[in-house]
Amino acid sequence: MQQGSLWQKWIHDDRLRMIIIFVPPAILVFTVFVMLPMIQAGFFSPWKWSGYGPAPWAFNEATDATFGRWVGERNFDRMFGHSAFQQAVWNSILVIVVSLLIQLPLALMLALMIYRTSRANTIFRLVFFMPYILAEVATGLIFAFALDGNYGLSAWFSQMLGLEEAWFPLAEKPWAFYAILAALVWKYFGFHMMIYIAGLQSISSELLESAEIDGATTWQKAIYIKIPLIWPAITVSIFYSVLGALQVFDLVMPMTAGGPSNSSHTLVSYLYNFGFIRLDVGFGSAVGVFLFVTGVVFALVYRNTVQKGQ
Amino acid sequence: MNRMFTWAEALRIIVLLTVCFLIVMPIAAAVLGGFKTNGELRVSPFGIPEVWRFEFYGEILASRQFWVYLGNSFFISLMTVVLTLLLGSMCAFAFAQTQFFGSRFLFGYLLLGLMFPVAAAIMPLFLTVRDLGLLDTSWGVILPQVAFGLAFSIMFFRTFFKEMPAELFDAARVDGCSYTRFFFTFTLPLSTPILATIAVFVFVQSWNNYLLPLIMLNDREGYTWTLGAMDFRGEYAAEWNRTLAFVSATLAPAVVFFLAAQKYIVAGLTGGAVKG
Repeated sequence: MQQGSLWQKWIHDDRLRMIIIFVPPAILVFTVFVMLPMIQAGFFSPWKWSGYGPAPWAFNEATDATFGRWVGERNFDRMFGHSAFQQAVWNSILVIVVSLLIQLPLALMLALMIYRTSRANTIFRLVFFMPYILAEVATGLIFAFALDGNYGLSAWFSQMLGLEEAWFPLAEKPWAFYAILAALVWKYFGFHMMIYIAGLQSISSELLESAEIDGATTWQKAIYIKIPLIWPAITVSIFYSVLGALQVFDLVMPMTAGGPSNSSHTLVSYLYNFGFIRLDVGFGSAVGVFLFVTGVVFALVYRNTVQKGQ
Repeated sequence: MNRMFTWAEALRIIVLLTVCFLIVMPIAAAVLGGFKTNGELRVSPFGIPEVWRFEFYGEILASRQFWVYLGNSFFISLMTVVLTLLLGSMCAFAFAQTQFFGSRFLFGYLLLGLMFPVAAAIMPLFLTVRDLGLLDTSWGVILPQVAFGLAFSIMFFRTFFKEMPAELFDAARVDGCSYTRFFFTFTLPLSTPILATIAVFVFVQSWNNYLLPLIMLNDREGYTWTLGAMDFRGEYAAEWNRTLAFVSATLAPAVVFFLAAQKYIVAGLTGGAVKG
């Protein structure tokens, strides 16, 4: 009887049928490849494990012990105490600072210059946006060339200044990461500019005209009307740049691979080097948990404070 | 007054042209560098080549490996786009058209995926892909990419589907059209702008992806072009002209694609519908 009625429901309720066919595939793929690994990272983080065997806590009959070794909070202690990790955190903060103080103001200034529709402005927009679609690997290789002391910009500068030895910024300590920051700004300012342009284009022209009649200057219009009105767009772009700062990796590998002496790591390149390369699953998972908590806490706090009511 | 305006306009043009120069110069240097010998590259990194040498580009374009890399990247990107669009739009349709038990919870669950970087779970993800026997296959890159693209695409699809006129659905229901048929015969065809926008974004992201292929692919035959480019750089460490030629050869399809698809890219950034 019960079975019969379920079958009846399946036949007659096409809404239910649709939900049962449409929803699970996406949820399944998302769960298997995003959420489960993230949850596993939490469970793996207190273990020392090379990834051999089904799980660190599974029993290996050959060695008469578990596959992994329980180390408790020691992975986290090691991570927080590691100078390369502290440097990676500092570097990620630098990315955010440069983003907020240089990249976003630059993007905003350019957006104000070219948001009006004209043929020339369309071409400027296309050119400024182009770096965004280039692969970070390609961008990184091009910058690595330009900053190679034997070639490129750096060699040219060294010759101009008459230096005895050519300057290799990517091999020198503070400069290597500054170069990555420059490449990041180069690649991503156009993305933020486009967000601002969309916001600026939706400002009503009547408002600006009436301000003009009241004698507002270009500066006054920008500061008292345009920027406050596109504030929602600005908060979106700040959100992207902070979450983006946690993800930087592709650009680091071709430019410095984290060197010299681990000074230019980002959180992800740190995870790759000290977790993946060394097959230290527990340690890599601990770094992953740190990334997860940082990202989620930031997103939730940001949504409930800065973006509240938007 | 008139004079002031002219100065401001002049300053604007100077700033814009300077930024243009800073963007175009490295790209142009890379493209031109591929036409120079290594010796010339050292002396004049940014100038026009004295003699245009086509052998470096020629060698790359004639090598089988280069096309294998591009082919792999293309297959991975294409399958990622197809699966993301299909799974994402189906799921979003259910969220947009109906309220069912747990639907709000499931939607929130998916949105959680937007809050942390892909790389956070990379080690367990590697083990999952290994245990599924997908290491060193394109699917080991495709499926995680689809999973990570779903949250963002479902959010966009749902908003778009919700804005479609409800009368259309009601009329179709009266004529006895089922939910599933309505989705395939009306919703999808009417959603080409959002489908195209998401397709372009997912494609570009997959085409440029480096981290996932780096983790999942070991066999050169399965390499994507980003892995190939890094490999090439390692192999010809002392010959920048070859690496620049390789990178430039991969830039060409990206730039052409960008110019063809820029309408949808801009639409995606502005979150609005595509006009025209």
